[in-house]
Amino acid sequence: MSAPLLEVRGLSKRFRGLQAVDGVSFAVPRGGIVALIGPNGAGKTTTFNLIAGVIAPDSGNVLLDGVDITGLRPDQACHAGIGRTFQLVRPFGALSVLENVMVGALRATADMRVARDAACAILERLGLADKAEAPAKSLTLPERKRLETARALATRPKILLLDEVMAGLRPTEIDQMVAAFSALARETGIAILLTEHVMRAVMALSHHIVVLHHGQKICEGTPEQVTRDPQVLECYFGTSITPSPLEGEGGEGGTPKPH
Amino acid sequence: MLYLNIIVAGLLTGLVYGLMALGLSVIFGVIRVVNFAHGEMMVVAMYATYLSSTVTGLDPLLMLAPVTVLLFLLGYALQRLLINRYIARPDHEQFLLLLALATIITASLLMGFGPDARNVQLDYAYDSYQIGGLLLDKVRVIAAAGAALGAAALWAFFRFTRTGKAIRACADNQIGAQVVGLDVKRLYAITFGLGAACVGAAGALMLLLVDVEPYIATDYTLLAFIIVILGGLGSMPGALLGGVLVGVSEALSGFVIEPSFKSAFSFALLILVLLVRPQGLLGRA
Amino acid sequence: MRGVPVLGLSPRVAVALGLFVAAMLALPFFVNDYIVSVLVVVLFAAYFGQSWNIMTGFAGQLSLGHALYVGLGAYTSAALFVHFGVPPWLGMPAGMAVAAVAGSLIAALSFRFRVGGVYFALLTIAFAEFTRILFDHFKWVGATEGLFLPVANLAHQDLLRLRGSPRMFYYFLLALTLGALGLSHLLLNRRIGYYWQAIREDEEAAQALGINVFRCKVLAMALSAALTALGGGFLAFYDNNLYPDTVFAIGRSVEIITAPIIGGLGTLFGPILGAFLLTTLGETMTSLTSGVEIDGLKQWLYGAALLAIVALQPAGIWPWLRRVIGLETRR
Repeated sequence: MSAPLLEVRGLSKRFRGLQAVDGVSFAVPRGGIVALIGPNGAGKTTTFNLIAGVIAPDSGNVLLDGVDITGLRPDQACHAGIGRTFQLVRPFGALSVLENVMVGALRATADMRVARDAACAILERLGLADKAEAPAKSLTLPERKRLETARALATRPKILLLDEVMAGLRPTEIDQMVAAFSALARETGIAILLTEHVMRAVMALSHHIVVLHHGQKICEGTPEQVTRDPQVLECYFGTSITPSPLEGEGGEGGTPKPH
Repeated sequence: MLYLNIIVAGLLTGLVYGLMALGLSVIFGVIRVVNFAHGEMMVVAMYATYLSSTVTGLDPLLMLAPVTVLLFLLGYALQRLLINRYIARPDHEQFLLLLALATIITASLLMGFGPDARNVQLDYAYDSYQIGGLLLDKVRVIAAAGAALGAAALWAFFRFTRTGKAIRACADNQIGAQVVGLDVKRLYAITFGLGAACVGAAGALMLLLVDVEPYIATDYTLLAFIIVILGGLGSMPGALLGGVLVGVSEALSGFVIEPSFKSAFSFALLILVLLVRPQGLLGRA
Repeated sequence: MRGVPVLGLSPRVAVALGLFVAAMLALPFFVNDYIVSVLVVVLFAAYFGQSWNIMTGFAGQLSLGHALYVGLGAYTSAALFVHFGVPPWLGMPAGMAVAAVAGSLIAALSFRFRVGGVYFALLTIAFAEFTRILFDHFKWVGATEGLFLPVANLAHQDLLRLRGSPRMFYYFLLALTLGALGLSHLLLNRRIGYYWQAIREDEEAAQALGINVFRCKVLAMALSAALTALGGGFLAFYDNNLYPDTVFAIGRSVEIITAPIIGGLGTLFGPILGAFLLTTLGETMTSLTSGVEIDGLKQWLYGAALLAIVALQPAGIWPWLRRVIGLETRR
């Protein structure tokens, strides 16, 4: 059993009276796809931001490939191998799609031609090749999401952090994204950590799920295990009900109600 | 004793500065527009006071009310007709718009009045009050009193009137204000008008103390920003406090070092504040 | 129409540029001295605009105190020449170094303390004004009385000491402007150019992609300052007199930014286009009023032009123009 790629140990962060993240620990294995789920306000995005270096934790560690990256700046975290997307997509509007991805690719190389080739390849993989010269601000939302992912991918990360990348997409678009990510993980061996509300995508993609609630981890396991766990069901639905597997097609836009 | 006189003189002048900066604080704090034409509006008020006083032969102090109203209307119109469209636009576009306006205003004044300094002749220009060992210029006291009155009026407006409270609501939460049905466009125009009115009053009062020429506008714009940042954005007492501090430090540094150094001191102060405590003395962090 | 790119520019743009350069090279042989001196003014404006454009147009950090670097460059090279006989070809690089250090310090201080946007712009003004007042009292360089360079016989072109006719300066300025253009083009197509634009568009997103935002911003400022200072050095030797209140003036900072904004902020050809447009406008007005100097008229026109641009074409004239004449260029 090889060492995990990403290890989060006892991560905690308090914001002025609110314990946003409370002693969260989990791991992402090499080539693994792990989903971080939980109701709104559970601390998912904060955990992401702690891992990616946007904010520094009060306590705890983040290890990437055995190296302690806790408290590094976001750009340093990127160099260490963290690639992240943002919940509200942030394209470089005035630049073309290709140029956007090249910015990412330039992390790994200063050679413009190499960066351009790498960027083109990634655009192909994510189905944006025909939009390469278009200004980024002209893209539709699903296209922007793919651009956001392509850009992060171009930095050659060891792990991809996807922050609610399925939000706002239609079912067919979700399926396309899921297929793209599955293929990506399979072909490149990249690890993925995603936070999601869209259960359809979570169930289809992830090998392992970690459930957060009020900043604490309340459960983790395979999708089947997690969806049967009474604690999980309680935090989503409020009362304990007969556990039944959450089917993919029933979970379309299945945003759990906040407490 | 000499120092005390200088400090008090600076304090009195500082109150007028404070009123001017109050106008900027209101505009910047509520509408979030960086009014780079602030000093130009002040100079317009000064020229208006000069003109009306010279033409009618009346004491410039009597021009305080009409000039204030004039500037209110100008500010209202400016915001409603022109500036409103730029509120959501990027910083540099807003800045350029106001810079263009400022340039046009200064150039117009230059064309209309020429580059020479103008001032008003006051009967009581050399009178002074004596309190103990303190010698206070009558003109300065009057100007300071006017400024204090103006600031108080503004405070009362925001505290007690419905419109004032509505404007404060806008400043706190623009979307929320719209949701409860406040006419944000109109309120913004009123706010800009009020800011301009403060500047107008300050200008009329300032003319009692200094000469006016078109090129002093930029100095006042910068001064207003220094004061607002020093005192703290969005804080009305902060603007007055900042004004007083700048007035006193100007007076002192002008006396201790050299008159031409007074603005250098203010700029150094601005640099310090921006780096060390950007929210200002009384601003919220 | 797609063709083989020439130096990274589309063929049509390359041809247009070539024609422009050829015309500029030939011009002094066909016009009188007055026109040449007007063109020198245009080229100064274009050059300063191009240098400023790197900081504000490319990297997106609004600097309103660039007169500081003009002054540092001018005074350094002039003072070294007047007091120590140092030739300008050594004095100007010295001025560039001084400006680069000053710019780096200002940028580093500001960005370390997270001063950005409008507050940063105000800070740049404050530094420029503070320096102006400082120089007003700097006796070694003449303080308010000014610093004067010995004016030599204009017919005698002294390249080493930069004493000569407007024509000589015209060619130097043309070289400078084209050099700045070339440098901008080069930078835009290299990693640093992409990084600057990313920072301009979205700093946080840029950082998440591994960009050291702080370092890039300071670099932009240092480069922009150094280039501006080089122009300042030439300005000193062209005007032959320097006063703090004109060299460091906020009016000059505003003048510097007007041409690139009217031409097109962040574009490659914007500053040059803006410089030509503005100067043409100014000269037309001067000739219309038959040399009668109406105080403030020229300023009024500048203001009105700015207003028109901000209202109608906030992105500047160049983006509109290149669409209209069908030139394919991204910048």
